[in-house]
Amino acid sequence: MTTLLILLCIILIATVFVQIGKMTELSARIRGQEDAEASSNNFNANMMIVFLVGFLIFCVGTSIYYKNSLLGYGPHQSASVHGDEMDSIWNLTLFFTGIVFVLTHIALFYFSWKYKGVKGRKALFIAHDNKLEVIWTTIPAVVMCFLVVQGLVAWNKIMADVGPNEEHIEIEATGQQFFWTIRMSGEDGLLGEKYYRDISATNPLGQVWTDEKNLDDIVSTSAGEVIKLPVGKKVRVRITAKDVLHNFDMPHFRVKMDAIPGLPTYFVFTPKITTEEYRENLLEKDRNGDPLYPEWYDLYDETSPELGTRGENFNFELACAELCGKGHYSMRRIFEIVTQEEYDNWLATQKSYFFSTVRGTDEDPYGDRLFDAEIRERKQVFRDAYTKALEATEPMDKIIRLDNITFNTGSATLTPLSKYELTNVMEVMNENPNLTIELGGHTDSAGDDEMNMDLSNKRSKAVFNWLTSKGVDENRMVAVGFGETKPEVPNDSPENMAKNRRTELRILTQ
Amino acid sequence: MAYVLEYDEDLLIEEQGFDDHFHEHHHGDKYQSSFINTYIFSMDHKMIAKQFLITGIFWAIIGAAMSIVFRLQLGFPEENLAWLQPLLGKWITVNDSGIGTLDPQFYYALVTMHGTILVFFVLTAGLSGTFSNLLIPLQLGARDMASPMLNMLSYWFFFMAGLVMFLSLFLSTGPFAGGWTGYPPLSALPQASSGSGAGMTMWIVSLVLFVVSVLLGGINYITTVLNLRTKGMTMWRMPLTIWAFFVTAILGLLSFPVLASAFFLMMCDRGLGTSFYLSEIFIGGAPLDNVGGSPILYQHLFWFLGHPEVYIIILPAMGLVSEVMSVHARKPIFGYKAMVFSILAIGFLSFIVWAHHMFMSGVNPFIANFFVIFTLIIAVPSAVKVFNWIATLYGGNIRFTSAMLFSIGFVSMFISGGLTGIFLGNSTIDIQMHDTYFVVAHFHIVMGIAAFFGMYAGVYHWYPKMFGRFMNETLGKIHFWGTMIGAYAIFWPMHYLGLAGVPRRYYKFDTFDAFAHFGDMNKFITIAAIVVFFLQILFVINFFYSIFKGRKMKTKNPWGATTLEWTTPVEGIHGNWPGNLPSVHRWAYDYGKDGIEFIPQYVPINENESEEH
Repeated sequence: MTTLLILLCIILIATVFVQIGKMTELSARIRGQEDAEASSNNFNANMMIVFLVGFLIFCVGTSIYYKNSLLGYGPHQSASVHGDEMDSIWNLTLFFTGIVFVLTHIALFYFSWKYKGVKGRKALFIAHDNKLEVIWTTIPAVVMCFLVVQGLVAWNKIMADVGPNEEHIEIEATGQQFFWTIRMSGEDGLLGEKYYRDISATNPLGQVWTDEKNLDDIVSTSAGEVIKLPVGKKVRVRITAKDVLHNFDMPHFRVKMDAIPGLPTYFVFTPKITTEEYRENLLEKDRNGDPLYPEWYDLYDETSPELGTRGENFNFELACAELCGKGHYSMRRIFEIVTQEEYDNWLATQKSYFFSTVRGTDEDPYGDRLFDAEIRERKQVFRDAYTKALEATEPMDKIIRLDNITFNTGSATLTPLSKYELTNVMEVMNENPNLTIELGGHTDSAGDDEMNMDLSNKRSKAVFNWLTSKGVDENRMVAVGFGETKPEVPNDSPENMAKNRRTELRILTQ
Repeated sequence: MAYVLEYDEDLLIEEQGFDDHFHEHHHGDKYQSSFINTYIFSMDHKMIAKQFLITGIFWAIIGAAMSIVFRLQLGFPEENLAWLQPLLGKWITVNDSGIGTLDPQFYYALVTMHGTILVFFVLTAGLSGTFSNLLIPLQLGARDMASPMLNMLSYWFFFMAGLVMFLSLFLSTGPFAGGWTGYPPLSALPQASSGSGAGMTMWIVSLVLFVVSVLLGGINYITTVLNLRTKGMTMWRMPLTIWAFFVTAILGLLSFPVLASAFFLMMCDRGLGTSFYLSEIFIGGAPLDNVGGSPILYQHLFWFLGHPEVYIIILPAMGLVSEVMSVHARKPIFGYKAMVFSILAIGFLSFIVWAHHMFMSGVNPFIANFFVIFTLIIAVPSAVKVFNWIATLYGGNIRFTSAMLFSIGFVSMFISGGLTGIFLGNSTIDIQMHDTYFVVAHFHIVMGIAAFFGMYAGVYHWYPKMFGRFMNETLGKIHFWGTMIGAYAIFWPMHYLGLAGVPRRYYKFDTFDAFAHFGDMNKFITIAAIVVFFLQILFVINFFYSIFKGRKMKTKNPWGATTLEWTTPVEGIHGNWPGNLPSVHRWAYDYGKDGIEFIPQYVPINENESEEH
């Protein structure tokens, strides 16, 4: 019904216009063609001036109205060091083009009005003027050269890569339909190798784990996670894509670069203002205490006023600026610029992707060795348990579970990784000559009792033998196999049975 | 020196004219003997021009209507679009409460089709195709194109291109939706976008057919200009329209084959498993085998056409405007030779600026140094043209016909849009402006609106030549002022969006805090777009109504123009001139010389005349 009504309206309006057209033509015929043309000519000539004035007012008025929303004006000063230079070249260009825009428009419409056709007047016969041509070829050429030089000097500075020994933070942004994955380089400051065929559900970037530079890299895939960067430090963003083209666009920093599958690009920038300071600028007040930019005092979300004003919720956003498919408009990430101290603290809480997700799984190529940090960590756990056992008074509390000593399934062969825990045991034996211990082997209830007893005997003996081979006096140790006789918990679930399979160290004397 | 000029047009042409042994075929004309070879498979350049124009109008309506649909989404994202469901079907998703929303996939398809249709079908074929066909033989004093057959094929290849594109709109996976530039890998991989399947295949096929059409047309225009000028019509006596069409055709001939080659490589990547544009891609949960290709290669090939293409669009408009302006200001075009050299300079420079579309696409930043220089230098010949147009108005005796109004509007648009090009061509500023609404504003004003204005100027001015009747002037003036104001209302505010960092090709803006606060502006733009759309419909009504009911042209030369097309009979016959071809004795711009209103080109130099030009 509405559609029909709208359609009828359109047809009606169209008919009205056509009738107007016919009417004027008819009246022209009655009044005489010449008369009608003269009055139409006058009207259109006057319209030229009306349009000129209206248009210039519109241009100036709207640009003043929107000034504070534009980047580079009002509170939107550039958030990066190179951005200021860009903004000044922008203003320089605006200055020259603005002059040309206004003068040519005035000339165009003024001449149109001034030289409107009048019956009987003759037009001037001026076919060309070489002097004028030379003037108005030379002036634009000189201005253009000036702008080219200004632009290119800045361009080559902005686009330069970091120097070989220049201090900077290296991060990586990987675009895919339809989100960004950000990778930070961790302690070593280096990003590890990637190979696109290694991408999987557990390896979202296809990091090559045999490259040790990857091990401390921090990977953030969730759009909700905020990425922090320190103020005043050079950041080099390595920009890549997995599937189609994307574009790493951070408008407040004047940063933009395509992300291309198979062809990494980069952009180097230095944040010069923290998010907090930027918010303060937006919420700045004048001497009377009135907001300079009232729109930033609007509620951030009208349905949830507890979130506060727009200014308080301002964030630097990363967008995609290269059409990448139907979700192109939704690739948002938030970057927060903070002080160096806050950044260091934040970075310390970030877990490396390898250690939090990959370590110990089938994809881990380092199954047969521990990294220094892990050795230190395990040693600490053992030492804590050891101290606790030394201080304990009850004999049953003088037991340390040696979970990091493991055997191949069904055999008494120590796994390669057991040597780290065995070393910890050896060290305390060497440190404390009075220490005597019992090494106890335990199994779960699966299988034959006697066989379990035999296996636990052999396993505790294997530990005993390892320690003696490292020079620990065999008189200070006893190896005992308990089989399934001393379960810690009932053998009623696979998890509990795993708990019961264990090697224990009991302090006899100290 | 004042003198009285008297001549009888028909007598002059008959006596002084060039006898090319042309015989009128009143009976049994193999070119125009039946309905089919007169109106459909016509080889007459005037009919082919009309075919191009009317097909162009058809596509312009479709392309503009598409823009209205996606402007509705951008201006009124919350509004119910369920009423579009009968037209768009499944692309409008209606939720439980009956609110219909435009599907994002189809939004991108609309944006893509709008660009493709307007750039290629309307502003290339509809503009250059129409007026090159109409004016080259008529203004040069030729019987027809050098090869009427190729000329006919040129139209029908264009028609087929349009047909394939039109059919692709109805695919169940949707038409191509990867932007009119068709950048791979998005366009190469159906996994990346449902429009990159059959939609992309048809898009490529359509555009390859279109390239064939442009090449057949272009080779014809060039040959005709070089070989079929009438006696006395030296190159330096050609009207600026012809210079513009001539250079346009050369640009097309040199650049469109590169686009075709880009498409062939794309087809190989899509169908044969090659890796010209693809490398190290992981998509749809699986890695692809392609390695070693570069998506940037496509961008180089595409913009090697793409940049000359914008001059292929704007040069004919410049030519039409120069001619119309001179006729209606009753003054010679100012600086004819400077205008010609500007056209040549723009044509040449247009081939060495393409990478300014790619400053931010990952090419080596060093390369930008060259392209910035050439890009900003192209502003110089453009500025010269603008100054010359303004100087043409100076001291004129201007008749504000609709054609003249659109010519003046063209200059305003060309200034506004051209100046923003100086920002974008500077790579440093482009870091911020690239792919924002600033770019959208820039190119719509400078090559969209400006080219349309040039086209309208041409249509209003040469309508009597095409149809023997005038278009309604009152409607024409409503059309002009409405469009002039409306077009600025649409595109001027977009500069501010771009300056706020809002990227183009966004389905909606509320996903980002930084882009979400221009709702009122977007509403305003959408409303302005709808108003302007209906004003164009008014033009279409005027156009078709006037074919049948317009005021009749009673004299051969209603505008008092000097060029040869106004010496042909009103009814437009095959072969253009009934007897001898007119021979030419002067340039095309003797308006107001020695106090004489205008002296047509076929009038010999009078002994009392002041120095010739």
